[in-house]
Amino acid sequence: MTDTLDEPQTLADGAEDAPAYPVKRTCPYRMPPGYEELREKGPISRVTLWNGRTAWLVTGNDLGRRLFPDARLSSDVLDPRFPLLAPRIEAQRQQAAAPPLVGVDDPVHARQRRMVLPSFGIRQINALRPEIQKYADGLLDTMLAKGPGVTVDLLTEYALPMPSAVICMLLGVPYEDHHYFDERSRHVLSSSGEEQAAQAQQAFTEILAYLDDLIVRKQAEPGDTLLDELIARQLEEGKVDRQELAMIATVLLVSGHETTSNMIALSTMALLADPDQLAALRADESLMPRAVDELMRFSSIGDMLMRVAKEDIEIEGHLIRAGDGVILSTMLMNRDPGAFERPDELDIRRPAGRHVAFGYGIHQCIGQNLARAEMEIALATLFRRVPTLKLAVPAEQVPVNAPFVLQGVSELPVTW
Amino acid sequence: MHLSVDSDRCIGSAQCAVTVPSVFEQDEDGLSTVIPGREDGGGEPMVREAVRACPVQAIVLKETEGV
Repeated sequence: MTDTLDEPQTLADGAEDAPAYPVKRTCPYRMPPGYEELREKGPISRVTLWNGRTAWLVTGNDLGRRLFPDARLSSDVLDPRFPLLAPRIEAQRQQAAAPPLVGVDDPVHARQRRMVLPSFGIRQINALRPEIQKYADGLLDTMLAKGPGVTVDLLTEYALPMPSAVICMLLGVPYEDHHYFDERSRHVLSSSGEEQAAQAQQAFTEILAYLDDLIVRKQAEPGDTLLDELIARQLEEGKVDRQELAMIATVLLVSGHETTSNMIALSTMALLADPDQLAALRADESLMPRAVDELMRFSSIGDMLMRVAKEDIEIEGHLIRAGDGVILSTMLMNRDPGAFERPDELDIRRPAGRHVAFGYGIHQCIGQNLARAEMEIALATLFRRVPTLKLAVPAEQVPVNAPFVLQGVSELPVTW
Repeated sequence: MHLSVDSDRCIGSAQCAVTVPSVFEQDEDGLSTVIPGREDGGGEPMVREAVRACPVQAIVLKETEGV
């Protein structure tokens, strides 16, 4: 059965045994159908994308943690060989420049990341906690005033506007404008229908234009936010031009919206479905930081992280050739039984461990400290202030996102 | 042991400072550093976990002889 002395296996060597990928989740925070089989085949196997192309799928935690930091695997989305998960993303790519931070390699990536890094430090984020708490309470005041017994969409009322207000505050976007972004950033990251493909591109363009205009206004009237700092320390020093700065701000704004809001929604669902864990968390809020990391691991909302090999990589009897597409499944890495005991169980007391829900390697989420603070505050406040919170529809009726976007739900009807 | 952070590699994910805040901190640029005087790890059992948690392997741990 072992063939270690043979030639390493290439992508073509197993193309006939490469299931269609990605697969839509039935439960928004659990593995989709077919993942058990992919996990069995691990730590690396092959999948077939929408356009018939075969790509590598990395599912093992150890192997993934070795490949994520490998500089031969590139995030260069403008490389025509970069693997894409849906036709709409192909269409978007043809029109756009490479998105800063997420779609470029070092040294460009490192320069951009270091520009914005100081604002996302632990101290800086902890200083925002009282403001985050204020937003959470304000939104719940409004929601609760609608009275018990009504049905509301938790996403619209709470899970989306909270992180939205926070990232707007951090960047220096006026609060009265933040509704403008809620809907648009949703289109960019989570739109799934055919007709929404164009909408996603248009939303991105509109956000970019708004931020470009905001930079001009701020140059005339400086403030003291992240954007003002970038203008003073980078733009006016000639280290970045206005277009690149507006693109960086757009990526931060969009990423700061959808990710956290989906996590708040899915965490709420997962905890409501598990009354024992929820009761433990309510009884002891000091469990919250660990619970947040476990919820991140459990639901792995940014499941598929794509790379293209720039050089040949020989690893564990496989030959990833230059030009091959490589997809790292954070969900499968986070549910690798070699790295986590009882991986398919939610256990809020689980030691933080080595989940890769924020990614791994140079592109690991720059906003993770902010995201953790938001999730901790959002969930603690929600369950403290709404003790009788429950879903207003059966869980299986909550609409789940398409498989090729950030994982989440498009609405979450709740009542109390 | 002797700990240091390779600031050219560091991406400021702050995993180390979150894992062992008594040994690692972030400087004004958002990059991680070893708190002066804690280069020996301060006897913290989680130091090795912090080394493993770093997404870019920027923490350099050198084993030293004796104590």
